[in-house]
Amino acid sequence: MKRSQPEPKQVVKQRRDAALKALVDAVPYARVLGITFERRGDELSSTLHYQDSNIGNPLIPALHGGATAAFLEVTAQITLHWFHLWPQFESGALDVETMVAGDMPRQPKTIDFTVDYLRSGLPRDAYARATVNRSGRRYASVHVAAWQDHKDKLFAQATGHFLMPQSRSPD
Amino acid sequence: MTDKTKLARQFIEAIPHAQSLGMCLIDIGAGRAVMLMPYDEKLVGDPSTGVIHGGAVSALMDTCCGAAVMSHPRQSKGTATIDLRIDYMRSASPGQAITTTATCYHVTRSVAFVRAEAVDDDTSLPVATATGAFTFEPQKSLEDSQ
Repeated sequence: MKRSQPEPKQVVKQRRDAALKALVDAVPYARVLGITFERRGDELSSTLHYQDSNIGNPLIPALHGGATAAFLEVTAQITLHWFHLWPQFESGALDVETMVAGDMPRQPKTIDFTVDYLRSGLPRDAYARATVNRSGRRYASVHVAAWQDHKDKLFAQATGHFLMPQSRSPD
Repeated sequence: MTDKTKLARQFIEAIPHAQSLGMCLIDIGAGRAVMLMPYDEKLVGDPSTGVIHGGAVSALMDTCCGAAVMSHPRQSKGTATIDLRIDYMRSASPGQAITTTATCYHVTRSVAFVRAEAVDDDTSLPVATATGAFTFEPQKSLEDSQ
């Protein structure tokens, strides 16, 4: 049996990086907060780059709880959307070019989001990684953990539920 | 306006992240705070709808809840969020400001419990509600210091 040749490395990488960039660029608020994403295969992690405008208490100083919450929510939502779309752009069912051109699939909507503040956020970069614990046709549950200096010493974590975009029923 | 309320207002309006999102304090006192965040395109989560990102609503709710705790008559100083849960009822209408009212409904010796509600121009159905727990440090009463 003859197997088809695997795609060249740069084709795969270019497609995945373009898909991720399109997903992140579609959230203007992520840019305001200073959030970027890195990818290894299908694994994502995010960085909240330090900026003075994310400070809550200038006396300590510490990151604002709201900036931390938003960082976690952006990470959870984009990671969920990424895993939801992955099979579609990998199979070619979803054209990355149309995503890059701004024609984006609808995002999952947050139903609820619960943030657990474990330590005060220090005035430096923060990192986060989200895990999709359950992803059904309608609902998804996502956990997200954030740390600064030590991966095992989380400064915040959160769980959220999301409503998945429904494919429009054919009329 | 009491000195403590005035102090709380100054403190809240000096928060860099609150300034960055354009938040302003409408009313504060006795464990209750009202804050407003004007609509801004930089807060949008999905450009195809123009709806503000949930994270920005969370930031407003968190700030407003913290303000409510700080305005509590028995609170001595600043506060920090222990836990905050947001329920999103509906999308906020693009172009409209979001107003949040937070109430600190119970305090213990170390924890303040807060509820908040966010609305846009349509005040009949909230955009989101929040419940949170915040650190609380009561002022030492005269008896304690004796």
